[in-house]
Amino acid sequence: MKIVVPIKQVPETSAVKMDPETGTMVRDGVEAIVNPLDLYAIEVALEIRDERDDGSEVIALTMGPPAARKAIGEAISMGVDSGVLVSDRALAGADTWSTSYVLAAAIRKIGDYDLIVCGERATDGDTGQVGPGIAAFLDLPIATYISKIQCPADGPCLLDRLVEEGTEQLEMELPAAVTVVKAIASPRLPTLRGKQRSRKIDIPVWGAEELDVEKECLGLTGSPTRVVKIFRPQVARECEKMPAGDTEAIETAADRVIEFLTDAELI
Amino acid sequence: MTQDPNNKKHSGVWILAEQTNGRIGRISHELLTRGRALADKLQTDLTAMVFGCDIPDDDLQDLIVCGADRIIAMEAPELTTFLVEPYAACAAKLIDEYRPEILLAGATSTGRTLMPYLAIKIHAGLTADCTELDIEPETNNLLQTRPAIGGNILATIKTPVHRPQMATVRPHSTRPAEPKDGRTGEIVRLEAPSELLSSRVKRVGFTPSSDEMNIQDAETVVCAGRGIKRGDNIAMISELADLLDGAVGASRDVVDRGWMSYPHQIGLSGKTVTPKLYIGVGVSGSIQHIAGMGTSDHIIAINNDPDAQIFHIAELGLIGDLFEIVPVITKKLKEATSKNG
Ligand SMILES: Cc1cc2nc3c(=O)[nH]c(=O)nc-3n(C[C@H](O)[C@H](O)[C@H](O)COP(=O)(O)OP(=O)(O)OC[C@H]3O[C@@H](n4cnc5c(N)ncnc54)[C@H](O)[C@@H]3O)c2cc1C
Ligand SMILES: Nc1ncnc2c1ncn2[C@@H]1O[C@H](COP(=O)(O)O)[C@@H](O)[C@H]1O
Repeated sequence: MKIVVPIKQVPETSAVKMDPETGTMVRDGVEAIVNPLDLYAIEVALEIRDERDDGSEVIALTMGPPAARKAIGEAISMGVDSGVLVSDRALAGADTWSTSYVLAAAIRKIGDYDLIVCGERATDGDTGQVGPGIAAFLDLPIATYISKIQCPADGPCLLDRLVEEGTEQLEMELPAAVTVVKAIASPRLPTLRGKQRSRKIDIPVWGAEELDVEKECLGLTGSPTRVVKIFRPQVARECEKMPAGDTEAIETAADRVIEFLTDAELI
Repeated sequence: MTQDPNNKKHSGVWILAEQTNGRIGRISHELLTRGRALADKLQTDLTAMVFGCDIPDDDLQDLIVCGADRIIAMEAPELTTFLVEPYAACAAKLIDEYRPEILLAGATSTGRTLMPYLAIKIHAGLTADCTELDIEPETNNLLQTRPAIGGNILATIKTPVHRPQMATVRPHSTRPAEPKDGRTGEIVRLEAPSELLSSRVKRVGFTPSSDEMNIQDAETVVCAGRGIKRGDNIAMISELADLLDGAVGASRDVVDRGWMSYPHQIGLSGKTVTPKLYIGVGVSGSIQHIAGMGTSDHIIAINNDPDAQIFHIAELGLIGDLFEIVPVITKKLKEATSKNG
């Protein structure tokens, strides 16, 4: 079977610093990485392929600037068979509607797909909307928050889906799309052989011209949503601070806590 | 695009009410709070759309008493539990017929799956995980505010042209609507058209989670931060939480270290809680953590760093060593509560 894994290149958010003066993001020296949650999608796709051992293949797909080739390279060094980069200036500013649209078009061009495996969400945009979006454009069923997947050679796939009250067991016909959570697998590390392969392998770059897409559906133009304002979250309450450094101060502070709780009718 | 092909205007605010085993859950009442405020600003009606099978009248009536003007319940055995294809097909049909201008759903496992699928099918814009919603006075557009870039910023987003304007709303980011005497409304029960009910996904089983108290339902949450230093010290936090009839929460650092499990995590990448009382013990108060607890009614913090961020949002801050402070509070609480009976 043919498994496509859409992966996104994101800034390393834990390294993102905000400039307290201007309230803007300090991008200098922030590394671009594969969305950490997409590593789980790659891993489970590789496991399905290896388990089946029937010539199944895994293809990594990313949409992003030319530098996003590195993300495909990383997927290949983990053991993915091949990759595609979708890159075009016309795609800049795409929201999840337009991103899903283009990725779906790219998956159609890849063709003969059986399973699309997405990460739960990307750590930068953090919407989790692109997986279901791709499925809707391709008219595939989608199962989200998948923590376990089995794809026997005959019959439907068996899935565990995490929901608020517990775990659903699902049966799903292929072709289909899933988004996966961390619990599904432990991502393997890139191998030396994989790294060598990733340097040699040809990664096709598709622009809008190569895809069957309508121009007015691309990039900012094709995006129904618009960002109108960006600002820093304001957090401020008047805090009654009590030093509690020695036994006496601790006694006083603890008494104050009890008084506070009593006044607020919390005890 | 659903952009007035028949020149029929989009109007009205809609919410997706969710049911489990036929009962309407808390998120639906939170959406009523949100939806009612928007509908009042727009001087329009609030409709709750719900899918399921044999939903009791009382539950639908309750949505009206809590703020909805109209309920549209579409029912069939195939809609008993959430399945994306039939839910999306039925929702698309209702939207096409009634043409709401705004559609809100909870950012739950259901809402976060149905809404993005549906938005594509009906060519609408969708904003995920909103924490604030408002109406832009000049245009009557929906203003949708959500955290982005790891909670470092908030972004306000709008959908100028496409309708309905769709948003998912973070659970527990607002209070559930309360019943109001004398409210009336209309209940429309529709049988789901059979041609919309096919699904390539089947639900064949369900295992309920055996978790202890859900931190989102607790009125008091005592949250352990990395300052507790070792997993064993959770016991001290649990004791305090028990005395207050509360649940134990954790910062991400505590979960990453394996001291507590992920369902306890509070914050941007964990749960949002809005308890009456939050007590942070050895929690620094990072922006991502505050994203999940900043709207608690009362906040108390214990931290030995007088400059810790958490003191910016706490009402009462104890500056000192938590290992010395917590046992004294626990002792005094025991005395106080035994006195009260
Ligand atoms: C994309 C992204 C998502 C994130 N999501 C979340 C999330 O959902 N939830 C979350 O919590 N974090 C999240 N984080 C992580 C967040 O940035 C912080 O790293 C984390 O909240 C810190 O946890 P902490 O307060 O327990 O630890 P620390 O920041 O290490 O704070 C420990 C505190 O304990 C105090 N302390 C130490 N010893 C004592 C003592 N003996 N007595 C009293 N006080 C003491 C210290 O002064 C310090 O203030 C996220 C980060 C990113 C980048
Ligand atoms: N630009 C992109 N290129 C490839 N895959 C993407 C892209 N954006 C999102 N995805 C996929 O969709 C998932 C959810 O992303 P998001 O909806 O942006 O949170 C990611 O984990 C990826 O699997």
